[in-house]
Amino acid sequence: MAELLAEAEGITVRFGGLVAVNDASVPVPEGCIVGLIGPNGAGKTTLFATIAGFQKPNAGSIRFRGADITRLPPHRRAALGIARTFQIVQPFAGLTVRENIAVGAHLRHAGRADALAAAEAVADRVGLAPLLNLPAASLTVAGRKRLELARALATEPQLLLLDEVLAGLNPSEIRDMIPVIRAIRDGGVTVLMIEHVMQAVMALAEEIHVLAGGRIIARGGPEQVARDPAVVEAYLGHGAAARLQGGAHA
Amino acid sequence: MRDHLAPVLIVLALLAGVPLVVDSNVVLNFLKVALMLALAGTGWNLLGGYGGQFSFGHAVFFGTGAYAVAVLQVRFGINAWAAFGAGIVLGAVLGLAIGWLTFRAGLRGSYFALVTLAFAEVARIIASVWPLTGAGAGILIPLREGFLTLQFGSRAEGYWFVLALLGIAMLIVRAIEVRRFGAQLVAVRENEDAARALGVDVLRVKLLAIALSGGITASAGAFYAQTFLYLDAGLAYGPWISVEALLTAIVGGIGTVWGPLLGALVLQALSELGKHLGGDAPGLGLVLFGAVLILVVRFAPNGIVGLARSLRPRRLARG
Ligand SMILES: Nc1ncnc2c1ncn2[C@@H]1O[C@H](COP(=O)(O)OP(=O)(O)OP(=O)(O)O)[C@@H](O)[C@H]1O
Ligand SMILES: [Mg+2]
Repeated sequence: MAELLAEAEGITVRFGGLVAVNDASVPVPEGCIVGLIGPNGAGKTTLFATIAGFQKPNAGSIRFRGADITRLPPHRRAALGIARTFQIVQPFAGLTVRENIAVGAHLRHAGRADALAAAEAVADRVGLAPLLNLPAASLTVAGRKRLELARALATEPQLLLLDEVLAGLNPSEIRDMIPVIRAIRDGGVTVLMIEHVMQAVMALAEEIHVLAGGRIIARGGPEQVARDPAVVEAYLGHGAAARLQGGAHA
Repeated sequence: MRDHLAPVLIVLALLAGVPLVVDSNVVLNFLKVALMLALAGTGWNLLGGYGGQFSFGHAVFFGTGAYAVAVLQVRFGINAWAAFGAGIVLGAVLGLAIGWLTFRAGLRGSYFALVTLAFAEVARIIASVWPLTGAGAGILIPLREGFLTLQFGSRAEGYWFVLALLGIAMLIVRAIEVRRFGAQLVAVRENEDAARALGVDVLRVKLLAIALSGGITASAGAFYAQTFLYLDAGLAYGPWISVEALLTAIVGGIGTVWGPLLGALVLQALSELGKHLGGDAPGLGLVLFGAVLILVVRFAPNGIVGLARSLRPRRLARG
């Protein structure tokens, strides 16, 4: 097993009486694509937010390269090499695609010309090159998802947190994005991705963690997780696994 | 390399030539006041236009610059130039202090606007009762024309002085626009969370912006004091200058280098016109400004600069 790049350990997040994340641990080995799946409201985005520093956990810790970063603000974590995308896209609407990406690139490139050049290189990688001069506000859903990805990539992260970057895309757009994400991992970036599009997670992730009701209920390789009765029940309701088994025998 | 500064320098040079060809005091006085308003507006624009933090109380910086230059000379006998510099620094420090209190508490949007308005009003009330600032009677800078006293006898010199101040401020803004700080400042305006996720230290960016903004607008106040040589709380800290500072930027083109200058020229022309037509009817100026503001917000949200850009045929429709 590769060395751990990051680790969420025993994370609990409460919103008033609601326990959104309940003692969840997710280790992220370096160089992998790790999937985080689970039904709506399972707490996936909230867990992500604790890793990126946008949400303080009530308990638990976040480690990155062995150091405890639980108390670091988001911009410091970005500087360490953690980048996130937002499930609800957050473009800089009044800026062009190029300017959007350049804000990310400025994290490692002080000079304007350097940052713009880096932004264009990133746009190439995610297929935004033809749209560089358009205002971000004019992009389609697929374009905005790509922009989220491009901005995060432009910060030259070591750990990339992708929150449903495939949601809202049509099947052909999804097919286009899968190699893009794989190429990012092959370029040395570790990826932790939340995804509802099963076909994509199954194709991409080496390891999958399943969150339901705030708890990690299963983990393992894609095949193993897909067969896990607890996972099937979490998605389809109590007793579903038994019914499916019965159906298979009939 | 320095291409981006060229247009600003050219326009400044042209404006500097005006006193050489125009001999009318009316015109020069008009321009002097317009440039002073443009300077105050350039400060507001850096924070409000680029950074998206709308202040309704930039009078707090204008007045502090004005009172600093007056009080330091009159009460403490400090040289006018040194007092002028101190006024700018004080404006920047006050900006930092106000930023520290408001931005750290997470105040944004209308809350930030209201708190800045409150700061300006508190300053106005303090200045109207504090003996050091001359309380209700105000403070008078004794007339002593000369270079060392920063009191220019000839109209042209005062004009060149405020033009130089405005030029420096515009060059600072232009330089910021093409640098990392500028990109981060605009990112903070557009979406704070997204900026933060990309490694932008949002608080630091806002503090730097409000310090620069406060310093620039304070320089306009200091110039006001040195030009009119009399201050009272209503002149220095009154809402009029808070309104003018934001109007010049909004009318001219918010978040652009040229906006405050264009807006100040247009607004100053309008207010002169208003005086001619309506005499000294109280409040007429404000009514006029209100109407202009509504028209701009409705029909030209990006101000004069935005109108000009939309009229110009698109160059190179790339992409
Ligand atoms: N800021 C908040 N305040 C209160 N409740 C919240 C907040 N954020 C999330 N929640 C609640 O916490 C739970 C987990 O939400 P979260 O967004 O993490 O789920 P998710 O797994 O990402 O779901 P989805 O697949 O729909 O994106 C939900 O019940 C949600 O309503
Ligand atoms: Mg979510």
